[in-house]
Amino acid sequence: MSAQTEEVTAGAAPPAGRGGAPPVRRRDGRRAGSAVPYLLILPAAVFTVLLLGWIMVENGLLSLQNLNRRQLIRRATEWTGLGNYTDTLGNSDFWRVTLRSIVFTAANVVLIMVIGCLIGLLLARLGKKLRLLLSLGLVLAWAMPVVATTTVFQWLFAQRFGVVNYVLDRLGWHAMADYNWTGGQFSTFFVITVLIVWQSVPFVAVNLYAATTTIPQELYEAAALDGAGVWKRFTSVTFPFLRPFFLATTFLEVIWIFKSFTQVFVINEGGPDRLTETLPVYAFVEGMNNQHFGMGSAISILTILILVTMTAYYLRLVLKQEEDEL
Amino acid sequence: MRRSLFGRVWPGATAVVLFLAFVFPVYWMFATAFKANKDIVGDTPVWFPTSPTTEHFRRAVEADGFWTFVTNSLVTTLVAVLLSLVIALLASFAIARMRFRGRRGFILVMMMAQMAPWEVMVIAYYMMVRDADMLNSLPPLIAIYTLCVLPFTVLTLRGYVAAVPRELEESAMVDGCTRPQAFRKVIFPLLAPGLMATSLFGFITTWNEFPYVLILSKDPAAQTLPLWLTGFRTTFGDDWGATMAASSLFAVPILILFVILQRRAVGGLTSGAVKG
Repeated sequence: MSAQTEEVTAGAAPPAGRGGAPPVRRRDGRRAGSAVPYLLILPAAVFTVLLLGWIMVENGLLSLQNLNRRQLIRRATEWTGLGNYTDTLGNSDFWRVTLRSIVFTAANVVLIMVIGCLIGLLLARLGKKLRLLLSLGLVLAWAMPVVATTTVFQWLFAQRFGVVNYVLDRLGWHAMADYNWTGGQFSTFFVITVLIVWQSVPFVAVNLYAATTTIPQELYEAAALDGAGVWKRFTSVTFPFLRPFFLATTFLEVIWIFKSFTQVFVINEGGPDRLTETLPVYAFVEGMNNQHFGMGSAISILTILILVTMTAYYLRLVLKQEEDEL
Repeated sequence: MRRSLFGRVWPGATAVVLFLAFVFPVYWMFATAFKANKDIVGDTPVWFPTSPTTEHFRRAVEADGFWTFVTNSLVTTLVAVLLSLVIALLASFAIARMRFRGRRGFILVMMMAQMAPWEVMVIAYYMMVRDADMLNSLPPLIAIYTLCVLPFTVLTLRGYVAAVPRELEESAMVDGCTRPQAFRKVIFPLLAPGLMATSLFGFITTWNEFPYVLILSKDPAAQTLPLWLTGFRTTFGDDWGATMAASSLFAVPILILFVILQRRAVGGLTSGAVKG
């Protein structure tokens, strides 16, 4: 791999020598007008723009077509204009799923952020050995591949012989002895939420702990001198100092949870009765399983628009920060 | 007095409880995988595998096409990760070290691409691959995986490249190195840990990828381990021992890689994602 890198870099070098005049040769890379930076970013730019752009355009075109099983087999193109969009927007199912996705995302993100931050702050208070122990647990959960975790949680919450039902039964909640977790809407979402929170909290906790170590200790000493309690110290020192961290992490979690497909789909394929479909799963089931490809594409475009709207504030902030920096 | 004792004890107690909560599912996966069947399906769970058996692992490995899935997973993951590393290294060097027109636009495109909801665009990609008559083959998977991993790799590596002091490179050039030589002899060795940490996340993403392979590969010959694992229960009924053995086999490579590289990776991730 390294050989390949060198070769390409070396191949890109000569134009630089030609482009820059001898006196500025050492700084030529930093001057605009040299071909080197363009050659370096070319593969990444072409690959991303072409493939991603193509997918986006294809997605847009498909959403304007009446493309079902019949048209797919005949390879026929039937344009319907905005028909798929008006159908989707006029469909109460779509709005129910949208509301469900937003509530689902909000609930998960709040849980992840609160639990993650509490654990992060706890890590900062612990002695060395216990901190290492807890970090080990967090890292294990963090490292577990999503697909494996999903299977494991199916086993934990299994109706027969599942350890969760056994423990609930032993704790005195006998109605849970043979409880079918995937039989109801709320209980299915409960399992999915526990699963997502379990695997997402470590990221927040470990990073928050790492971030707290960058807060100057003097700030806490000053706050303590002023008689600030635990809560006050959090709101007046920790939170303001880590504001960028909280903002970035919260919005990243919103994006990740909102578009999560694997966990929701694998646990119960959106069931029972399609009651646990979130937008990505809904688009998938409509488009791929029910073979309404045009409709599914329209739903996917609307999903992206909703996600962009939800994260617009953060996206604008990120873009602005980048612009200030450059 | 009592209160201060309580104050000293609760963080530790909470930590231990949390530790158990986070470790238990992982433990239970391995424990179930090694337990004899009569211990898995019993009215009272057996908390420790007292008579460990590798029976379930044999069943999992001997399942139809297991080695095909392993090979496919390894090929798609390694090719996608290496490809994105090479492409990203070039680009990240340019944006970390050079000023040029269009640099900002390029970075913004990468940031948008990084946040693109891939899971939602499966239908469009399916149609493209179908039109190209490439369903049930690995190249379309590799292409989409590379695309998913690339933006993150570019932006993270940029941080690592920027962290290598420019003076090192310049002094190497004063000593007579050309820029490519300076890159190879000075920067690249310093970048190696960053490259490994970055590739870890690419590896995890690709190894886990589910929706694309689900729709692109109906033919087992072109399927990867996530499909095998999620289909395992349906194939084997409720054979939880074998399913957990399969999960363990799937998880172990990632767990090992992650624990080894975690410290560096976390630092890199935060510096890439959250700039102060």
